[in-house]
Amino acid sequence: MSSVATPPTAIRFDDLTLGYDRHPAVHHLDGTIAQGSMTAIVGPNGGGKSTLLKAIAGALKPLDGRIETHQRMAWLPQSADIDRSFPITVFDLVAMGLIPSRGLLGRIGRKDSAAIEQALDAVGLNGFEDRIIGTLSGGQMQRILFARLLLQDAPILLLDEPLTALDSATATDLVALIRQWHGQGRTILAVLHDMDLVARIFPQTLLLAREPIAWGKTAEVLTPAHLQAARQMVEAHDPFADYCARVA
Amino acid sequence: MLYDLVLAPFADFGFMRRALVGVIALALGAGPIGIFLMLRRMSLMGDAMAHAILPGAAIGYLLGGLSLGLMTAGGLVAGFAVALLAGALARVSVLREDATLASFYLLSLAGGVVLLSLKGSNLDLLHVLFGSVLALDDATLVLLVSASSISLIVLALMFRPLVLECVDPVFLASVNGHGGRVHLMFLGLLTLNLVAGFHALGTLLAVGLMMLPAVAARFWCRGIGMLIVTATGIGMVSGLIGILLSYHSGLPTGPSIILTAGAFYLVSILFGSQGGLLLSALPRPHLRG
Repeated sequence: MSSVATPPTAIRFDDLTLGYDRHPAVHHLDGTIAQGSMTAIVGPNGGGKSTLLKAIAGALKPLDGRIETHQRMAWLPQSADIDRSFPITVFDLVAMGLIPSRGLLGRIGRKDSAAIEQALDAVGLNGFEDRIIGTLSGGQMQRILFARLLLQDAPILLLDEPLTALDSATATDLVALIRQWHGQGRTILAVLHDMDLVARIFPQTLLLAREPIAWGKTAEVLTPAHLQAARQMVEAHDPFADYCARVA
Repeated sequence: MLYDLVLAPFADFGFMRRALVGVIALALGAGPIGIFLMLRRMSLMGDAMAHAILPGAAIGYLLGGLSLGLMTAGGLVAGFAVALLAGALARVSVLREDATLASFYLLSLAGGVVLLSLKGSNLDLLHVLFGSVLALDDATLVLLVSASSISLIVLALMFRPLVLECVDPVFLASVNGHGGRVHLMFLGLLTLNLVAGFHALGTLLAVGLMMLPAVAARFWCRGIGMLIVTATGIGMVSGLIGILLSYHSGLPTGPSIILTAGAFYLVSILFGSQGGLLLSALPRPHLRG
């Protein structure tokens, strides 16, 4: 058998502990995410999934340990963070995806406008350019955010519950986009709740319940025993426990 | 007839021309700032900061009388300090920001009036509280025009990050990491415009030329660009009508300008094309298809 070269690392976690106000939400995470891999992060609510993405994106400082990465990232937080009453057009919101490459003051030229049109086309919202975002449905809003991700053109994509509360047509379209990104060799990390979808589409899975319960090939991670263990981890968690018992 | 009503006062009197230039400069700076205050749900913040200028200006007055430089510097420092303090207090205390702002507002007003009374006359107090649009000297005019020029230039440069910080602050932080700085710059511009407005309209009314045109504009258009243009236009026209109203009827000028802006606001609520009460009350057939 020929030896398979291991792909280079996109993200490395080194005894990572994350939390708020000294209360840990993710404990002692070690491991690597390979470049071009597609990993689902699953686990019970409060298991630290969103916290982990936030930290990778650089919006949360680790309490302990470190995250090592050298590539540009695009982060899609849960869409509740956006003020949808602000009177901005779909075109302008999608155009923000160009900021990493053009800077905050850069001109949006004809080529960029074409790229924005193309991105809207790709998410099925051709002709929505001049709509104010307050007039969009939840599904359309999520499509817009995917269009913005397209323009960000980042090698690493962090998606926080990208498919929650969407109708099946929208979910199908967006899943197709995620697979397309995977096909282009981008590294994808997505927080998801739909286990069937994870089993069908995602080769890798990280089951997280404050501590990593299992991490590897999806079929080997999503076993009844592991899922049961994840549920118990969160139930057993004491939110007032300040110090970690397993002092490193 | 129309000449006598509208043009003659400006042709005949220099102080009328100065007043007009002053309020037009104010409206240019206040229009966009007011729109952002409204969209960021910071209307109360603007009001509290306008009042916070009073004790600062009063200290300047104690030091140098009705001196433009000292009162401006005092107002700028006090306004900015209160903005920072309110933000910090809201983070560390159990009180919500609006409660903190209301407390600051009251303390600033009472403290400012006490400080002024240590030395000043009631006339000076009225001047500081309600301004003196008809008595703008050259130096004050230069200050008003500079303030609005600076805010327009800075706003143009920071327009995208400012909008982004309103719509999607998390995204701004993730691509750029300057979210906090954008907010501080905006507070700085707000203070600058309030201090400029204070010289013409007084601390009590300075915020009026920001908020009333902004909320009126909300009833006529939706996009951010049109909102800014409309608010600025309403501010300028309110200034013009207010000055003329005051000239012909002998009413105090600052309040006349603000009342005119208030009339625009009322008309907009009733007849506005975007959610005005009259249009919403009319039964509308729904579209087919």
